[in-house]
Amino acid sequence: MLPLNDTAMALLLAAVVVLPLLGAAAALLPAPPGLRGSGPEQAVLRHGVTVTGVVLVAALLLALGFDHDHPATVQAETDVSWVPALDIRIHLGIDGISLPLLVLTALLTFLCALHSYFRMPEGPSAKGFVALLLVLEAGTLATFAVLDLMLFFLAFETVLIPMYFLIARWGGARRGPAAWKFILYTLLGSVVMLLGLLLVGLEAGTFDMVTLTTDNAPGADGPALGHTAQLLAVLSIGLGLAVKTPMWPLHSWLPDAHTAAPTVGSVLLAGVLLKMGTYGFVRILLPVAPDGMRTFAPYLAALAVAGIVYGSLVCLALARRGAGGDLKRLIAYSSVGHMGFVLLGIATLTRTGVNGALFANVAHGLITGLLFFLVGALKDRTGTTDLDRLAGRTGAALYGRVPRFGGLLAFAAVASLGLPGLAGFWGELLALLGAFHPADGLSRPAYLVFTAVGAFGTLLTAAYLLVVVRRVCMGDPDERPAAIPVGEGEENASPGANASPARAEPPSRTADASPVPVALPDVRGHEFAAWTPLVVLTVLAGLWPAALLGLTDPAVQDLLPGVTR
Amino acid sequence: MTTTTLAVLVPLLPFLGAVAALLLGRTAPGFVRPLVVLPTVTATVLACLVAAEHGRNGALRAATELAPTGNDALPIQLALHVDGFAALVSVLVGVVACCVQLYSTGYLRDDPRYTSYAALVSLFTAAMFLVVYSDDLIVLLVGWEVMGICSYFLVGHYWETRAARDASLKAFLVTKLGDVPFLIGILALATEMGSFRISTVVTRIGSSLSGWELEHPTLIALLLLAGVAGKSALFPLHTWLPDAMAGPTPVSALIHAATMVAAGVYFVARLLPVFTASAAALSVLAATAAVTMVGSALAALAQDDVKRVLAYSTIGQLAYMAGALAVADRGAAVFHLVSHGAFKALLFLGAGVLIHAAGTNSLAAMARMRGLARRAPDACWTMGVALLALAAVPPFAGFFSKEAVLVAAEHAAHGDTPGVPTGAGWTVLVAGLLTAVLTAAYAARLWLLAFRGDGPQKAPDHGREPLVMNAVLWALAVPSLAFGLLNGVLPDWFDGHSLTPTLTTSVLGTGCAAAGFIVMYAAWRHTTALAARVPMGAVAAHPGGDPALSEAEAIATHEAAYGDIAAARDPADPGRLLLGPLHRHAAHGFHLDAVYAVLFVRPVRAAARLVRFLDREVVEAYVRGAGLAPRLLGGAVRRAQTGNAQTYLGALLAGSLVLAVAVVLAAAGTGGA
Repeated sequence: MLPLNDTAMALLLAAVVVLPLLGAAAALLPAPPGLRGSGPEQAVLRHGVTVTGVVLVAALLLALGFDHDHPATVQAETDVSWVPALDIRIHLGIDGISLPLLVLTALLTFLCALHSYFRMPEGPSAKGFVALLLVLEAGTLATFAVLDLMLFFLAFETVLIPMYFLIARWGGARRGPAAWKFILYTLLGSVVMLLGLLLVGLEAGTFDMVTLTTDNAPGADGPALGHTAQLLAVLSIGLGLAVKTPMWPLHSWLPDAHTAAPTVGSVLLAGVLLKMGTYGFVRILLPVAPDGMRTFAPYLAALAVAGIVYGSLVCLALARRGAGGDLKRLIAYSSVGHMGFVLLGIATLTRTGVNGALFANVAHGLITGLLFFLVGALKDRTGTTDLDRLAGRTGAALYGRVPRFGGLLAFAAVASLGLPGLAGFWGELLALLGAFHPADGLSRPAYLVFTAVGAFGTLLTAAYLLVVVRRVCMGDPDERPAAIPVGEGEENASPGANASPARAEPPSRTADASPVPVALPDVRGHEFAAWTPLVVLTVLAGLWPAALLGLTDPAVQDLLPGVTR
Repeated sequence: MTTTTLAVLVPLLPFLGAVAALLLGRTAPGFVRPLVVLPTVTATVLACLVAAEHGRNGALRAATELAPTGNDALPIQLALHVDGFAALVSVLVGVVACCVQLYSTGYLRDDPRYTSYAALVSLFTAAMFLVVYSDDLIVLLVGWEVMGICSYFLVGHYWETRAARDASLKAFLVTKLGDVPFLIGILALATEMGSFRISTVVTRIGSSLSGWELEHPTLIALLLLAGVAGKSALFPLHTWLPDAMAGPTPVSALIHAATMVAAGVYFVARLLPVFTASAAALSVLAATAAVTMVGSALAALAQDDVKRVLAYSTIGQLAYMAGALAVADRGAAVFHLVSHGAFKALLFLGAGVLIHAAGTNSLAAMARMRGLARRAPDACWTMGVALLALAAVPPFAGFFSKEAVLVAAEHAAHGDTPGVPTGAGWTVLVAGLLTAVLTAAYAARLWLLAFRGDGPQKAPDHGREPLVMNAVLWALAVPSLAFGLLNGVLPDWFDGHSLTPTLTTSVLGTGCAAAGFIVMYAAWRHTTALAARVPMGAVAAHPGGDPALSEAEAIATHEAAYGDIAAARDPADPGRLLLGPLHRHAAHGFHLDAVYAVLFVRPVRAAARLVRFLDREVVEAYVRGAGLAPRLLGGAVRRAQTGNAQTYLGALLAGSLVLAVAVVLAAAGTGGA
C-alpha cells in the first residue's frame, strides 16, 4: 500500500525493536530542559507516551509498507552475524503471522502508556514504571520480530523481569507472592525451553528459523531433525510455551498474577504476553518439528479443551453470589478458556485451525485488554473488584448509574463470549472447524469429542459472562444506598467463601470497606481515548475477518506443507 | 442501481441506522427517531422492490468472498440468494419492523433508554434481513446469533425488575444450548458437502450425478434441528419464550412473534433437502411439532398474563409451521409464517394498548373491569380480527395458511408425499386438529376476559392512546384479514405446490374451531357469576406515564399481586374450569423448568464448585508442593551452615579423606587390571 523499499522497511523494524530500549534508558535520565513539564512524574510519563506513540507509528508504517500480496514471505529483513562461535545471528523480519501481533503489541502498550499518563498506578516512582514498561515493550516486540532461536529465547526472557517488577512494585493486594509465583513458574518453563532450543539448534546445525522451516519443506532433502529429536524438542519447548500460554494445568500462576497486577500490567499480560506462548507454537514447533507435533497434538488438544471447560467452570463458580469472586480473577480464568481455543486450533495441525488460533490470539488481546481496562476503571470508581461487594443483593445497576460505562462493559462481555460479528467469533469458529476435520493421521473420533466439548465450552462461557453482566450492569438502582449495607453480603455469604484462609481477603480490606460511593463518574475523556481503538478494532475484525485471515492464511499454508485444509 | 445493490442495502441500512443512533444518541437525542425509523422504512421499500424484481426475473444470486478459512473448498462468502421465500419473508420482516418502530415512538415516548432500545431493534432488523438473504451458512449464523443477543438485551430492557433479568439470561442461554449442536451441524454439513453455500449444498444433495452424498443425514439433520428448536421455540427448548414476555411489548411483537422465532422455520425451509434426506429426522420433527402444539395450547389456556397467552400461542403456531416442514411442504410453512407474522404482531401490539388501558397485564383483573372495550376500541376490534385469524376462521388469513398445513399433512398421511413417512403425516394432522380446538378456546377466552369484563369497578381512564399506536394496529389488521386470499398466487413464489384449502380439511378445521369457541363460551357464562365473589383489581402507579412504564410496573407487580408470575388464583377463570386438575401444571409449562434445573443447571453448578475446589486444593497443592521441596532442601542445607569453624574443618578433613581413599582405590583398581 505504501511503497517503501527493503532498506526502509528493515530500518523501521529495527527501530520498532530498539526504540523502546533506548527510550527506557532515556527515561532513567533527568529530563532535558524544555521537556520538564509540570513535574518529574508528568515529564517521564509523557516521555512514555511519546516513545510508545512513535513505536506505534513505526509499526503502523510497517503494516502499510508490508507487501500484502505476499504475506508468506519474510519482509523487512535484517540478518547480521552476532555470535559467530555459536552461529547466533541478529535476524529480524516479519511475515503475515507476526505482523498482526507486532501491531497489537505496539497498540496495547501505547494505550497503556496513555492510560497511566492520566492515571498512574500507586507505587514507587514513575521513572521506574515507564522504564520497565518500555523494556517490556521491547521484549515483546522483539519476540515477534526475531527469526533466530537464541534471540527468541532472549526476548522471551527479557519480558519476565519488567513484568515481575510491575506486579511486585505497582500491584495491588498480595502482590509479593503473586509476583514470585509468576517469575518462578515461567522461569522454570523457560529453562526447559532453553534445553529444547539448544537441542534443535545443535541437531540441525542452525538456530535460524527460516532455514529450519525451509529444511522441512517438501523438496528439501529430508527433515532437519530426526524423530526422537523432534519428540524431545516438542516436549521441552512445548512445556515452556505451554506455561506461558497458559495451558491447563500449568495455569495457576495466571489468576494470582492478574489479580495482583496493576491495570496496565493485566492488560499487557493478557493482551500480549500470553500470545508469545502460542506464537512460539506456530512459529517454531509447527515447522521445525512437524512429526513431533503430530505425536503430541492429540494430548495438546485434550489439554486445550480441558482448559476451555475448566476455565469456564471456575468462572461460573466465581460469578455465583456469595462466592466472593473477584472480577480480575474471573477474567484471568476466562483467559485460560480462551487460550484453550487457540491451543485447540494449533493442535488440529490444519490450516483452518492454525488460522483460527492466530485470529483468536489477536481477538483475545483486543477483547481481554478492553475487559481489564474496564475492570481497572471500575476499581478506580468503586474501590473494589469483589463481585459480591459490587453487586449487593440485586446488582450494581451500572446501566443506570453510568450508562456508557455499563454499555461498554456489556459490549466487552458479549465480544468475549464469541458473538458472531465481533472479533471473538472467528477464531473459535475456525478452531472448531479445524478440530471437526483434523489433519490426516490424527484420530478423528477423538477430535470429534474435542469439538463437541469445545463447543459446549462456548455455552459455559456465555453463561458466566452474562451472569457477570447481570450482577454488575443490571439491578435495582434505587435499592442500593439504603437497603444494602455494603460488606454485609460477605458476612452472609456461604461458608464456602471463607473455607480457605490462605486465600482470605486482601490485607487492604479494612481500607476499602467503606461503602461504595453512590454517584459514579461515567467514562472519562482519557478512558474513552484508550478504549475506543479496542472497541473499533473488535467490531472491525468481526465484520471484516479477511483483514487478518488474508495475512495469516498464505503464511500458514507455507508453515504446513502438504496439508490441504 | 442494480437489484443486487438494492438487496445489499436492505440489511445494511438498518445496521447503519443502529450504529448512528448509538453514536449520536446522547449528544443529539432528537435525531434518534428519524435515524432508526427512516432506514427501516427505506429498507422495507427496497425489500418490496427486490421482491417485485423477483416476481419478474426470478431468483437473484450474487457472491463475494468475505474471508478465507485456510480450507480452499470452504471460503466464507458474502453471498446473496433471494428466491421467492426470501423475498416474501423479507417483506414481512420489513413491514413488521416498520410497524414496531413507529409504535415504539409512542409506546416508549418518555423512556430515557429509548435510544439504546431503538438502536437494538434496528440492529435486530438488520440481522434478520441478513439471515433471510444470506446464502452462506456462516454469515447466516452471524445474523442468527446477533438476533439472539439483541433479543437478550431487549428482553432485559426493564432490568430493574427481577423477571426481566432472569428472562434475558434464560432466553440467551436456552437458545445458545440449541446453537451449540447447530454450529456442529453446520460444520458437519459443510465438511460433508464441501461448501458453506446453501444453494450449493441444496444442489449437490438434489442431484445424484454430482457425486456428493450426505454420509450422516440423520445426525446432521438432528444437530441442526436442535438449533432450530432453540430459535423457533419448539419443545423442549421453548421455555425461554414465555418468560421473554418480560420485555417491552413491541419487542415481543417483533422478535418473539414475527421474525426471530420465524428464523428457525425459515432456515429449515431453505435447507429442506437436508432434512428430507432422512425420514427419521422428519419423524422427530413431526413428533416435536405435535408435542409442542398440544402442550403449548394447553398452557396458553391456563395463563393469566395476557402476553404469556400470546407467547404460548406463538409456540403453538410455530409448531404448525414445523409440522408443515415435517411433511416436506415448505410452501405451506412459509405461508403460515407470513400470515402468522402479521396477525401475531397485531395481537402483541394490541396487547400493549390493552395493558396500558387496563393498567395491568392480568386477565383476571381485566375480567373484573367494566367497559375496557370502550376505553380501547381500536385494540378491541383489531385484536378481535387477529384472534379470529389465529383461530383459523374463514376468511381470515390464518384460515388459509393453517389449511395449507393441514392439507399438506393429509397428503403425507395418505402417502402421497414421497420420502415422508405416513406416520409423520398422521401425527401432524391429528395434533393439528386437536390444537385447532384448543386454539379457538384460548383465543375466545382471551377476548371474553379482556373485553367483556364486568364488575363493580369501571375501567380506569389512562388517557387516549397515542394515535400512532392505533394507526399501526389498523395497518396490520389489513393483512390479517386479507392475506390469505393470495393463496392462489403464492405457489408461483414457492415450490409450486397448491396452497388452496380442500373441502375435507376446511370442514374439519372450521368445525374444530367452532367447537372450541362454543365450549369456551359456555364455560365463561358458567364462571362469570363467580367473579364477584373474589375481587381482584389493578391500580396503575403512574397512570400518566408512557405505556412502557405501566407495562414495566405491571410485570414487576404481577407476582406480588396475583401470587404467581404465570397464573392467578381466580376461580372465575373458564380456563381453570376446563383444564381441571391439569391447570396447575399447564400454568407452569408442565414443569419443564424443573427438569432443566435437574438436568443442566444443577450439574453445571456442582461441576463448577468441584472444579473450583480442585483448582484451589489440588492444582495449587502441586504448585505449593513444588515450592516446598526446594525450601526443605534449603532448610536441610542450612543446617550445615553452623558458623563453627571446627565443624567446617572437620567436614573438610573427612571429605578429603574420602576422596583420597577413593582415588587410591580407583588407581589400585586400574593398576590391578
